[in-house]
Amino acid sequence: MEIAPNIDENPPAIDVQGVYVQIGAYQILHDVSFTIGHGLTVALVGPNGAGKSTLFKAILGLMPISEGEIFIHGSKFSDVVGELAYVPQNEQVNWSFPLTSLDVVMLGRVRKIGWFRRPSRHDKEVVKYCLERVGLYGRRDSLVTELSGGQRQRLFVARALAQEAHTLLLDEAFSGVDFASQDGLMEMLNSLRDEGKTIFISTHDLNNLSERFDLVCCLNRHVCAFGTPQTAFTPEVLQELYGSHGLRMLYKESET
Amino acid sequence: MVHMASECYIKNPRHNSVMLDSIFEPLQHEFMVRAFIVAIGIGVLCPMVGSYVVTRRLAFMGDALSHTILPGLVLGYFMGLNPLVVAVPTCILTALLIGYISRQTGLSEDTSIGILLAGLFALGLAMISLSNRASVDLEAILLGEILGVSRQDVWIIGSIGLVTLGILYLFHKELVFNSFDPQGASVMGLPSRAIDYLLLIVISLVVVASIQAVGVILMLAMLVTPSATAYLIARNFVSIMFIGSLLGIIAAVSGLYISYFIDLPSGPAMTLTAVGMFMIGAVFRRRLIPK
Repeated sequence: MEIAPNIDENPPAIDVQGVYVQIGAYQILHDVSFTIGHGLTVALVGPNGAGKSTLFKAILGLMPISEGEIFIHGSKFSDVVGELAYVPQNEQVNWSFPLTSLDVVMLGRVRKIGWFRRPSRHDKEVVKYCLERVGLYGRRDSLVTELSGGQRQRLFVARALAQEAHTLLLDEAFSGVDFASQDGLMEMLNSLRDEGKTIFISTHDLNNLSERFDLVCCLNRHVCAFGTPQTAFTPEVLQELYGSHGLRMLYKESET
Repeated sequence: MVHMASECYIKNPRHNSVMLDSIFEPLQHEFMVRAFIVAIGIGVLCPMVGSYVVTRRLAFMGDALSHTILPGLVLGYFMGLNPLVVAVPTCILTALLIGYISRQTGLSEDTSIGILLAGLFALGLAMISLSNRASVDLEAILLGEILGVSRQDVWIIGSIGLVTLGILYLFHKELVFNSFDPQGASVMGLPSRAIDYLLLIVISLVVVASIQAVGVILMLAMLVTPSATAYLIARNFVSIMFIGSLLGIIAAVSGLYISYFIDLPSGPAMTLTAVGMFMIGAVFRRRLIPK
């Protein structure tokens, strides 16, 4: 739809062109197009049922698209497997599976290690660095069940780092995470952004979006708006996304 | 204490040897040696895959695989082959069929499992009823008869065991990843669905290997209970596998001896030991064990 600002010569991190996704007779995404450059934090916002998770799954190659094309760094997903990292929604992970923080981050190395092989000393050092980076090295032997919602998100970010991915997709990263932890998570993601990584987060929470993100992509089966939070959130767009409730939220935000 | 013990030993010098005799004396019989090998084998195998069954909530699937094995076993008897040889492919086929049906029909997995469990178990019972009953010992199939394993059975069970352990070792990190976060595994380029099927195949193999010792009806107990006990006291997945195996060996071997000394089918004997250990484990849970 619109081209993201400060896009460079390199192929964009994510390039979605005219994507339609249909499940049975039900069309979930309708002509979705946008382009995200490198080194940006982007929020994917929209009401429940807007197709945010579906769009993520389409980008990640987890769901077939019926029309259109998606390019990751200029290539099809199947050619760049491992360049995208995914932080799934909380409920899609089997938390009762007894793994420690260290184990989970090591999973990010699976492809680098390769089939039939064990982690090398280098892999172990990478995992240690990633855990330190997200501030969880002290909890490396804790089971995932013992971590808070915010810590779990940070743990998955560490896994994404261990994967050496350039682009991170976080599905509903703020749900079940308290406000202080959200800020902590955002701070960490911003530091990754400053290193040139692209961060794409879906959320249905409109609070603090303008302070937190470089760009927003407003989705309600199609892209209603794409751009900086200041330009994207017009009263019309909010009305389209959230009805009259959206207008009230805009009013509240302009007050503060 | 030491003093008392030695005193006791002097008073009753035969005390120890009676104990040892009752362990080693039965092993003079060749059938008992075979049963002993099988008991240790399945004592390791069941909890190794059982750890996945417990942590992935596949207990019902395990129960179904043990029941749906019946037509395969009966077919083996009819064909005059070793039933285990025929049961391997039919059991794997059933596992794949359950996965396929739940994907294709959109029915929940437990519904598809329920339908196949009942259907194939009924088919097996019908096959036995309609044929010459004398050739098939239904009670042994249902309740387990570890004392009846043949030399050929030991070889088959041993081969199945080696293949199973090999798969679990070689694909450990992929199986773990897929059990914890299948979508994450898929994004990372792992064939998530294929790995799921691989796990089902491994469970099928272990069910076939253990069926003679534990029997159809109580198969689930050996698949789930030692691992569940280990889950209560261990802290991570690999230690669940190994502690589970230790408990599995204890349950299977004591089940074997109970079955030898008092005339009890081996399935119930092993199950009662395993469940007894679970009860103890439930009391001394991980909360009481310092981290």
